Parts: sequence; structure tokens; C-alpha cells
Amino acid sequence: MMSKLIEQKEGVQYLLMGNEAIARGALEAGVSVACGYPGTPSSEIIETLSKVAKEGNLYVEWSANEKVAMEVAAAASFAGLRSLCTMKQNGVHVTSDFLLHLAASGTRGGMILVSCEDPGALSSVNEVESRYFAPMIEIPLLEPADFQEAKDMTRWAFELSEEIRNIVMVRSVTRLSHGSGNVSFGKLPDTKRQAEFKSDGPILDPDEGLVFSAPVVYKHQLQQEKIKRAREIFELSPFNTYQGPEKPELLLITCSICYLYCREAISLLGVKERVGVLKFGTTWPLPPELLKRHLSLTDNILIVEEVRPFLEEHVKILAAEMAPEIGIKTFYGKETGHFPSVGELNPDLVVSALSKILGVSSYIGMPPDYEKKAEMLTSTRTPRRDLIFCPGCPHRASLWSIHNALQMDGRRGFVCGDIGCYSMAILSPSCGFGTMKTLHSMGSGTGIASGFGKFGQFGMEQPVLTVCGDSTFYHAVIPALINAVHHAANMTLIVLDNGGTAMTGFQSHPGLTVNAMGEEVPAVDIAKICESLGVRVEIRDPFDLEETRKVINRFLEEEDGVRVLILRQICGLSPEKKAGKRYEMRVDEELCLGENCGCNRLCTRIFRCPGINWDKEKKKARIDEVICAGCGVCSFICPAEAIKREEAA
Amino acid sequence: MKKKQLSKDPYNIVITGVGGQGNVMASRLLANMLVRKGCQVTIGETFGASQRGGSVMSHLRVSAESVWSPQIPKGRADIVAALEPVEALRVLMRYGNPGVKVLTNTRPIYPVGVIAGELDYPSPEEIRATVKELSAYAWFIAATDEAIKLGNPILGNIVMIGAIAGMGELPIAREDFREVIVSSMPAEKLDVNLKAFDIGVEKVKQ
Repeated sequence: MMSKLIEQKEGVQYLLMGNEAIARGALEAGVSVACGYPGTPSSEIIETLSKVAKEGNLYVEWSANEKVAMEVAAAASFAGLRSLCTMKQNGVHVTSDFLLHLAASGTRGGMILVSCEDPGALSSVNEVESRYFAPMIEIPLLEPADFQEAKDMTRWAFELSEEIRNIVMVRSVTRLSHGSGNVSFGKLPDTKRQAEFKSDGPILDPDEGLVFSAPVVYKHQLQQEKIKRAREIFELSPFNTYQGPEKPELLLITCSICYLYCREAISLLGVKERVGVLKFGTTWPLPPELLKRHLSLTDNILIVEEVRPFLEEHVKILAAEMAPEIGIKTFYGKETGHFPSVGELNPDLVVSALSKILGVSSYIGMPPDYEKKAEMLTSTRTPRRDLIFCPGCPHRASLWSIHNALQMDGRRGFVCGDIGCYSMAILSPSCGFGTMKTLHSMGSGTGIASGFGKFGQFGMEQPVLTVCGDSTFYHAVIPALINAVHHAANMTLIVLDNGGTAMTGFQSHPGLTVNAMGEEVPAVDIAKICESLGVRVEIRDPFDLEETRKVINRFLEEEDGVRVLILRQICGLSPEKKAGKRYEMRVDEELCLGENCGCNRLCTRIFRCPGINWDKEKKKARIDEVICAGCGVCSFICPAEAIKREEAA
Repeated sequence: MKKKQLSKDPYNIVITGVGGQGNVMASRLLANMLVRKGCQVTIGETFGASQRGGSVMSHLRVSAESVWSPQIPKGRADIVAALEPVEALRVLMRYGNPGVKVLTNTRPIYPVGVIAGELDYPSPEEIRATVKELSAYAWFIAATDEAIKLGNPILGNIVMIGAIAGMGELPIAREDFREVIVSSMPAEKLDVNLKAFDIGVEKVKQ
């Protein structure tokens, strides 16, 4: 991958993931600085750039959170460099305070925000959109429709940013970011940019003055002029395309990966002669003249997009204004129920909407008799696959101890949760023993616990716990923890420190001695931060179940202020762990009493590590040697001591 | 890449399995082999939370000239390659059709609900019969067991790629595989990967 991204061969097509294509586009634009906070589906953009940082003379960082990432990237722009800032959809909300001010101050070197969103919440706890930030904060929005465009449009976004002197937002979605396709490369620039921050010119000079959003009304006016300029540029943008007959019966208006769903649906239905597709690459502000020309082609319009009816709303507003010239149109889309208003789209949903509007009923996706047979034969033979903690996951051990400590405490204590693999502790019974009872945004477990911890005056007697991961701790827990300490909230914070941003693929964070580019950097110690706040901190190994449970019980009994327990054990999927098993595990069949044991199959029924199977014939537990990660924890679970561990060779 | 090399355009392949089985790697390797042959390939896949013990699926669309959607329409799979047997059934339920060719690794990974005794996992005979009933051609390969013999169960995905190549449906050969491995993995891994690939080719021809 490393060499591929900076390779330069004419006429060669490369297979690139959407996120890699975005990274290559940034390289072709001569990006100097790239920052972000990991989050699926955005993470591979920074990862890809970090691998070529040295060869490409880039500065790349995984920042502590998205707001800081954008601030660092903005500094680059102020110094005349081109910069990129990436995040998943939630991140735009985190960064929005700074984004709002940055959009008002304007930028110097080209700067783009890439928001990778997750329609259908395939890897998220929300499917919120950040597209609405574009009109709200008044910055241009681009949406690439395929892999080639992901590269080309990213490259062009930097030019647009420099043309209008403001940040430009590029929105991708999971199916593009994590999909892959053929991409032809353009040239990599050989110009080196010099960083220099000029700030001693006249106050309103956009090149040499202060970078500042005041005088507010004047700057706001300038910002709106930039949007007007962007709109003019968008009228002629090659990223807005029309394909179809001169007078289509129906016009599809679409953007993003939905464009490919539209093309597929038209092909499946064989209605190429009847339907046209207007694909917008520039989705805000929409270019009105271009839209008017296409709306004039027909009276029936279907809008295809995910998730919210963003394009639909903006097209309708412009169509209302144009009505005297183009006449009255009929719009189909989410508002008419032709598409679901939640979740992601696919070619079949577009086929179904098109069939309804065009009155086509000839298309058969799956032959009905096959469908009936498949349904009959598979419905009872495809057991659900619940999400689980991986074999060897320290979170399973941590939550087992937390769960047991709360049971033992007996006062209906509960856990406020946070974002990471351990979020799955909200699930029951597959994962985490149903321990977690609240789950919102990064760091909010601690903020919520800080609130609960003050409700003793209202008679609340339940002990309050909160868990966060190490990366989350730096991202957003620190301010909430300070709040809890300052207000003497009665709560216990458990930091599940597995040594990296594990959920998204081991990106570095401030607790590590290595940065995104593989350089050695100072680590910021979680325990020391907590101690400096005057909080009592203890550190344990979650694989030591009994000791962990004891500390938690002791903490639960304390009635004043904040305690922090750091449970430290690296992720079972981390490269160093994956290399080998610490223990070889086996079940001693003599000792395993199976269903006759009073434990009622505790290991497989409650603990639920996928490395332990239940042998139906022998009626004994059994270790699956392919799946078992050799952490050894289950040997402490078995009351009959039938699960044996031996140091692996 | 000439159109005549593909029996259909787009040609649709689903590679499915459970998180951690090397599904994503398999789809990339296969797609890279096809791109080297001049095909346009779109891969649709999701990972992230879905990796944590859940079902995972990659959609490969292979075409002579066009970019296709990263999601295969319902009932439109041409090949289903399942790294886990029950996942073959799950995919056929949505993407199967009377002409589909199915390759199934025989080693199960039990969902936690099955391990806990709350759900039933079909017997090997039931799986075999169901896959046969819902496909035009079906192959059952002990890919993981073969990979264990080679020293690493993860190579099961490479055995499956070999099997896909061995089906003769796609314009790819051993040399394409070798070139992709050489350009994407450390040199010392080449031999064992080639061995795994060859086993796959062999098994599908038996």
C-alpha cells in the first residue's frame, strides 16, 4: 500500500478503497498537514497518509479529538499550507464550535474537512448527517459518487478552498469510504510549500492581517460572498453530470454513492430511454441555473439520497422560486414515502421506487419460487450472530468483575457508558453482561455519572460507575472528570486501558510513546492526570478477576467524591498479542461435570467467550483451538477447575 | 480485459464469513488479481463494529468496462464463497438464485447464542443439503483444516481464493495470485500462500 499511494505510472489503474482514494487526492493536491480523530468509516484516510508521511514530507497526526484536529489543520492553512482534517459524522458535531468560527474567519492555504458518514449505522451508535452543517455554517459541500471521483474531487476541493478562501467540506459514506474500485492516478506535485504565518498586516487584510471572525457582520458578509462565488463555480463543475434522454419521463436527482444505485436500478429495469439522472457532486449551495435546465426537461422528479432529505429540501426550495419559469413539478422521494426516511439505500430500494412511479412490474430480483424455497430452508438454519467481545478481550474480564462487584454490592448500582468496543456492554446477554445502562457520545458516560453522583440529596442511593477507554479518556473524559472532581460527585471512573484506539484499528493516542507517523513522542499518563486532580487512582490487571472485583467493591463503598480505577491489559487483537498465545487452554473432561455441575454451564452460558464451545455429544465444555486467544481468564471462571491453562511454549 | 472473458457483466461474487476470518483480505486479493487483468472491480464491504463476532460480507462486482454499485441487488450473486458454513445460507437467503455457484468452507464458527444453548446450529448434513438445493453447483472444502495443516488457520481464506480461481469462472490464474502476493506481503509468506492457493485449486477440481 505504502508504495502504491505514491506511485506514478501513466495509464495504470489501481484498486483503491474510497478512503485511500481521498488520501491520494490530497497527495495530488500537495497537502502538507493531515489531522483527524479515528472513527469508522473515516480512519483509513489518516492511516494511509501517515504511511507516506516521510516520503511525502507531510505532517500527520491523530489528534486528541476532532476539534483539536481541526484547530491544528487550521493552523496549517493560516501558515499557507494545504491541510486536511478527517472524522466520522459525530466528529463534525464535536468540532462544530471551532468550525463555525473558522468559517467566519476564512482560511489561507487550501483546507478541507472530510466527513465520513455511516448511513444505516453499520459501525456507529447514530446515523446523523453532517451535511446540514454546510448551510448552517455556510461552507460549500461536495459529495463524490465513486472511487475515481473520491480522488479527483478531493484534489479539486483544495483548489476551491483557495479560490474562495474558506474551508470546504467533502462528505463520504461507508459504502464509498470502505468500498474499493479502480482509480487512475494524476500527477503528484513537486512544489514544496513554505510555512509562514503572516499576522502583522492591516487588520482586515486576508493575507497578512489577524485571523479572526470580527468584525462579525462584515466577515459574515464576506463569507456569504464566498458562497456566491462557490455557487457560480458549481454551475460549470464537471462533477455535476446528466445522463439520459433529452426529454425523460422521470428525472432522478441524486448524489454520493446513491448515484451508483440509480444507475444499477435503471439498468436492471431496462428504462434507460425513459429516465434521466442528474448527479450532483456539489450539493450545497446548489447551482440554480444548472438545476433549472434539468428541471425543465420533465415534470416528474425522484430524489435519491441518504439519510435525510437534504437535497430534496434544497431542490424543492429552488424549484418553488423557479416555478414561474419551469412550471409546477411533482417530487417523489422521502417525503412521499418512495424511500424510507431512515437507514441506507441500495439498488433494490431504487428499483422499487422507480417501478412504482413508472408503473413497471416486469423486474424480478429473485424468482418467487426460489425465494420461497430459500426462506423455508434457511429461516431455521441461520442462527443469529450477535456482536461479542473478541476471544481474549480484556473488556470481557473487566465487565465480568464490574458485574459481579455490583451484584455483590446489592444496591442496584449501574454503569454509565462511553464509545468504544466496550460500548457493547450495553448488550445482553451476548456481551458485557448487560452492565452498561447509558450510552451516548464520547466522554458522556463520565459527564452523566458526574450528574448522578450529585443526586444523594434527592435520595439516590445507587452507586454510580462509569467506564471509558484510554483514547476516549483523552478525547472528552478529562473535562467531565474535572467537573466531577470539582463538584465532589460521588462516582467511580473505570478506565479500560487496552493500549490503543482498538475499535478503529489501533491508531495512536496521547497515552502512547509513538505518534501516527511512527515517531517517538512523550506519552501523557492517565494515572498522573487523575492524581493531579486530587483523585485516588489504582491500577489493576483485569485478567486478575478476584483482585479487580475487590477493588471495585471497595470503591463502591466509598461515599465521597471521585475514585479512578485503571484496568490495564492490551487488546487481544493488537499486533503484539496476536503473535502468540500466552496460555494453551484445555478442558479436563474428567473434571468438567457438564450439565450435572451446579454452575449450569457458567462458561458457555454466561461468560460466553467464543473460544469455549459446548460439545453436545460429550456434554462437556471444549476449547476451540482456532478461536481461543489464550488469555487464560476462563480458568478462573470454572467452579470445578476443569479449564486448565499451561504457559504456551 | 475483453467482455468475452466474463460469462456475465457485471459478474457478482459474495465472499462471506465471520469477523476475524480474513474476509476483507480475501476480497482485496481477489479484486487485485482481477484489476491486474484489466477488469473494473467494485468491492462493497463494511467493517468496524460488524467485525466483532458478527457476520461479514464483501460484494465484488466485476465488469469489463463499468463501475457498479458496491451493493449487489437481491438475488444476483453468481458466486458465493463462504468462509463459514452457516454464512453461506445467510447469503443465499438474500442473494441466491437457481444459477448460483457456491463454495463452502466446512468448519463452523458457532454464534454465542449457539454456544450458550439458546440457538441451534444446523448439522453438516443439513447445511450440505440446503446449499445444494439452493445452488446450481456446490463445493464443500475443509479450508480451515487444510490451513491448520499448513500451520495457520487464517490461510483458510487463501485456500478459498484458490478454489474460486479453480472454478474457472474468472480470468485469473496462479501467476496473478503470485504477483499480487509478491506486491502486498513480505517475501517469506509467498510459499505458504502459494501452497494454500494450490490446495484450493486442487480441492475444487476433485
